[in-house]
Amino acid sequence: MTAKQKRMRLRILAALALFAAVLAADRLLFPERLPTAVLSALYAVPCLVVGWDVLQKAAVHIVHLQAFDESFLMSLAVAAAFAIGAYPEAVAVMLFYQVGELFQSVAVGRARASIGELMSIAPEYANLETEDGVSCVDPDEVEVGSVIVIRAGERVPLDGVVLTGESWLDTSALTGEAVPRHVGASDAVYSGCVNGEGTLRVRTTRAYEDSTVARILDLVENASEKKARLEQFITRFARVYTPVVTVGAVLLALVPPLLLHLPFGDWVRRACVFLIASCPCALVISVPLGFFGGIGAASRIGVLVKGGNYLEAVAACDTMVFDKTGTLTKGSFRVVRLLPADGTDAEELLRAAAHAEALSNHPVAKSVLEAYSGSVDPSRVTDGSEIAGCGVRALWDGEELLAGSGRLMERCGIAYEPCGEAGTVVYVARRGRFLGSLLISDTLKDGAAEAIGALKAAGIRRTVLLTGDREAAAREIAAQLGIDRVDAELLPADKVARLEAILGAERSGNVAFVGDGINDAPALMRADVGIAMGSLGSDAAIEAADIVLMDDDLRKLAATVRIGRSTMRIVRENVAFALLVKFAVLILGALGLATMWLAVFGDVGVTVLAVLNAMRCLRLDQK
Amino acid sequence: MKKKFKCEVDCANCAQKLQDALSRLDGVEAISVNFITQKLTLTAADERFDAVLDAVVKKAKQIEPDTVITA
Repeated sequence: MTAKQKRMRLRILAALALFAAVLAADRLLFPERLPTAVLSALYAVPCLVVGWDVLQKAAVHIVHLQAFDESFLMSLAVAAAFAIGAYPEAVAVMLFYQVGELFQSVAVGRARASIGELMSIAPEYANLETEDGVSCVDPDEVEVGSVIVIRAGERVPLDGVVLTGESWLDTSALTGEAVPRHVGASDAVYSGCVNGEGTLRVRTTRAYEDSTVARILDLVENASEKKARLEQFITRFARVYTPVVTVGAVLLALVPPLLLHLPFGDWVRRACVFLIASCPCALVISVPLGFFGGIGAASRIGVLVKGGNYLEAVAACDTMVFDKTGTLTKGSFRVVRLLPADGTDAEELLRAAAHAEALSNHPVAKSVLEAYSGSVDPSRVTDGSEIAGCGVRALWDGEELLAGSGRLMERCGIAYEPCGEAGTVVYVARRGRFLGSLLISDTLKDGAAEAIGALKAAGIRRTVLLTGDREAAAREIAAQLGIDRVDAELLPADKVARLEAILGAERSGNVAFVGDGINDAPALMRADVGIAMGSLGSDAAIEAADIVLMDDDLRKLAATVRIGRSTMRIVRENVAFALLVKFAVLILGALGLATMWLAVFGDVGVTVLAVLNAMRCLRLDQK
Repeated sequence: MKKKFKCEVDCANCAQKLQDALSRLDGVEAISVNFITQKLTLTAADERFDAVLDAVVKKAKQIEPDTVITA
């Protein structure tokens, strides 16, 4: 509790004691009614102790002609209650109101503190290396290309590349990933991570305002500005609700007594109920706080959601469209099978392939070299050339080697055996003789199948794979993962067209596109929800996507959907509960069945319950 | 220019009211009052920024006397 809240608590307790004393005196000591003046003076004491600031605020508002304000409405209700001689009720209304406000303030403060924990990733200083030693400066002042020193246990202040040193970085604040990441010379480091045991010297590659941590903070802070439809509805509703109910209160106080000559006191009492119930705070606070909590819960597991509207959209998803390479697969290739031709052994085939690919740095070439256990002497390989889109040609000890696609073999007039297996195939030939083929495939990400299963369990009914890869390879991956539909051999532009076809077709829910953000920005933007993967440090993806998974973990997709759904459910509960109670109080109030006590509950009680309920969003999926 | 300020407001509805009223001020290109983060984000032309900010602070005081806006 803050000092302000503690003071309030003290005032409430004091007022409560005074109120009890006055009430006891009024009812027990002087059962025969005391004079009105004495009574109102007595009851005014606890009322003022607990509510003088409300009255003062109301007065200021009247001066500034700001009528539809909570404190003004409350003061008016209390004044009216005093006027009709409902003293205990008047005090109780003020007391209840302040108790509610205190609860609300504490609850909101808690929520804010939990969100503050997420924001605590901002670095406070950077150790800048200068000509006269290391000086401690504001990260804001460090220019791109400077050298900074990060000591053990310190937070990485700026994005950069390690010059010297080796360490483990704790990336959990950014990615939710508990396993530290190893970094050494020439590795990229991202601001917001915490350095482990080693000392690192880092050349900065970005200014603070462009660094990962600043961008994440900016996103999380601005997320509440992108409002969900439900939130927009509530804001508009509140704007109309308060004036309408206040006018209703005035009519209720004046019309029946003046036209029908009914007793003033009773109808003023009913009007007071209206005034108290007219405050829209429960509605206005619970919706954005719920979304904020949901966004907070997601960022704790390393998922950035750029706005409440995207949380709303992902909750309504029933189709997820995946890009393949880099999203479902690691984008790193591996030799999975050697298929030597007759008269060649596997070792010979692999050795020839490794030498042919020795001078290339294509991912496929790298996977071949990785698979070869022997050593390659680059000095024996000469005249290497790449035949774009087909493969490579090189001389090994003067003998011509060819490695590449079937097209390369055809072009060079080599009789080869086509391989029908799924995956990328590299055909190898030496001195015009076919040696065999290597089957290379991309490896699936860890937990990819589990992730798709979890998505289905979370209510995603349709999964689609879009890829530029060959049909057979795509089908095999889809079968392994349990993906429902495959569209293979697509050019990058086709992917967007295919996505548009899915978006345009008759559908019951939203369509999300999941990509690695590298060249699928158009698809990310076109989908109802664009989700980019593994985007630590990738600007384009953070820019284009609506939801960003900071690490590569596909399993977080299902968690994100669940957080979205739970958040929507909690927010809807809040709206329904608040509206229901408000309308019930209004109807009962108009009929003369609701007391002012009930009306105060209808205002602050509902607000507190709604805030507490919204706070549940923060704790979603904390596994 | 877009700048952020700390803005203490008491309730969600007050923040909404502030935002509505402040956005109608002359020179304010965009403004948001965020109750949860207690932040006010003001966008206004560079050369008029300080004058606009003054107007915003004054108006905010008028609507919600408790509001405290600090850099």
